[in-house]
Amino acid sequence: MNWIYEPWPWYVAGPVIALVMTLLLLFGKSFGVSANLRTVCSIAGAGKLADFFRFDWKKQIWNLVFVFGAVLGGFFAHQYMTKSHTIDLNPATVENLEELGVKNAGQSYAPEGIFGLEALDSWQGWLFLIIGGILVGFGTRYAGGCTSGHAISGLSNLQLPSLIAVIGFFIGGLVMTYLILPYII
Amino acid sequence: MKFIKFLIVGFIFGIIMSKAEIISWYRIYEMFRFESFHMYGVIGSAVILGVLSVFLIKKFKLKSIEGEEITFTPKNKSITRYLVGGTIFGLGWAMTGACPGPMFVLLGKGIWPILLVILGSVIGTFLYGMFRDKLPH
Repeated sequence: MNWIYEPWPWYVAGPVIALVMTLLLLFGKSFGVSANLRTVCSIAGAGKLADFFRFDWKKQIWNLVFVFGAVLGGFFAHQYMTKSHTIDLNPATVENLEELGVKNAGQSYAPEGIFGLEALDSWQGWLFLIIGGILVGFGTRYAGGCTSGHAISGLSNLQLPSLIAVIGFFIGGLVMTYLILPYII
Repeated sequence: MKFIKFLIVGFIFGIIMSKAEIISWYRIYEMFRFESFHMYGVIGSAVILGVLSVFLIKKFKLKSIEGEEITFTPKNKSITRYLVGGTIFGLGWAMTGACPGPMFVLLGKGIWPILLVILGSVIGTFLYGMFRDKLPH
């Protein structure tokens, strides 16, 4: 039973993600997490300010429940299914991060310098996380979907727009990784 | 009770995202540096099986458990919104190492500062809704 505590390989994760998408289809829904962000805006009353948020959000409750399940799953996996919380990174990645001043790369799921509590001692730390979130939220709605809606659901349905969106994901990701992160990390 | 099945599927999703380290900032960074096959294997195998699954659902005209035919809405044809929106999303994805699904799994893992990313993503979604009419689509 030791495999439960070990990190799970890609050939387990990919099929399970496809299964999650298929189950949601069989339940008459579709797999797309970022739609919940729009629902939250709508519940908070943003419909008074923009048409985009004026829709029957009650039809999206199932998706909020799905996300709540994901939070519980994250807690359960962390608490009961993981012994070592280190990430076995490529040594080249670790070396590159060290050059950028990121110490102990892979010793935890998230870098201390970005997600550690001391990162929140400075306003720059707060700004980094909030701006990153704004880019994700704005971009995903502009593109009409995120990794689940486009890269998984859209590509599975052979949608050309989703392929264009995924190409965009990579353009943005590469620009950030190579041209911007080295200066702000 | 009709929502419990979504809670269970979400729970499975959360476990797999955490156990396969897809929620790790480092794994996303490593992916964008092309220094590991892991994330490509995850997304690639999910898509290959997903294509098969959608194909079978269409071929056998499967019905949902509520008895309705499963339909797929084609995405609107455009390049601008997908390319520009996708690029903005990609910037944020590489910066925070989290797309919308993993954000919530990380919250369950107890990485509290992710709350700021979630807050930001709600603000970003709100800003999109406010400026939607002025943006090229």
